[in-house]
Amino acid sequence: MTVLVYVLLGVGVVFNALGAIALIRFPDVYTRIHGATKCTTFGSVFSIAAVVVHGFLRGGPEGGTLAVHALIALVFLLLTNPTGSHALARGAYRSGVKPFRAVIDQIERDKR
Amino acid sequence: MWTTTAALALALYLLLVMWSGDIVLWALDELIVGAVLAAAVGGVAGALLWERGGWRMLQPHRWFLLIAYVVGPLFFAMARANLDVAWRVITGRIRPGIVRFDPALRTELGRTLLANSITLTPGTLTVDVNDNTGVFYVHWINVTNEKPSPEEVCGELPVWARRIAE
Repeated sequence: MTVLVYVLLGVGVVFNALGAIALIRFPDVYTRIHGATKCTTFGSVFSIAAVVVHGFLRGGPEGGTLAVHALIALVFLLLTNPTGSHALARGAYRSGVKPFRAVIDQIERDKR
Repeated sequence: MWTTTAALALALYLLLVMWSGDIVLWALDELIVGAVLAAAVGGVAGALLWERGGWRMLQPHRWFLLIAYVVGPLFFAMARANLDVAWRVITGRIRPGIVRFDPALRTELGRTLLANSITLTPGTLTVDVNDNTGVFYVHWINVTNEKPSPEEVCGELPVWARRIAE
């Protein structure tokens, strides 16, 4: 079972690393939001899953507290992360940042 | 209204401090703090939380649907999209754009659920929602169709949002 913890942590680290690389490789704010905020969310899901498994393995009040706290943290991460990403994207668009190399910008078209 | 909010807040707090003492599972001081905090949350948020159709979520079958949705279709969509975006991070093959579609959701709760699901799925990002018409503007990292249907952008997610929240 300890192996499972390490596998989950490993997957989490891989996705977090990809998110960090996306921050460098992608060209503008919108595409970077894709990579940086969401690959890291998926990475965090696996990291937190590792903590939950570890908590249950440890057992007793301490392990249970660890698992429940990690799960609640996950729920709030899943609730707040998209809200934050959306606020960033909408704020960027409203302050005049155009999507780079976009094949279509329907908001711009609908304004005309 | 505010008592319902306070009860939900208390339940969440009790979940947070489980195993803290020996009155069933909780310590006496945690129960007191929980009651005070729950009353405060109920007083502040009670009037705001339910005014736009939030009461629908009190029906228990919607909770089961929500849990089934998060561990089933949403997790699957996230996993697939994550691998897709991971591949695009490495190869740099992107075709970004902002597209428009109408998922035909009427309630604010349903729209919020769908917008959050879309944003949580890598590769699609809700930039704006028209509050009057319910039209979604989504930044899509790989535009395959400039006038897409909701299914092309986010698959089954609108169907589930309607099932859970409307």
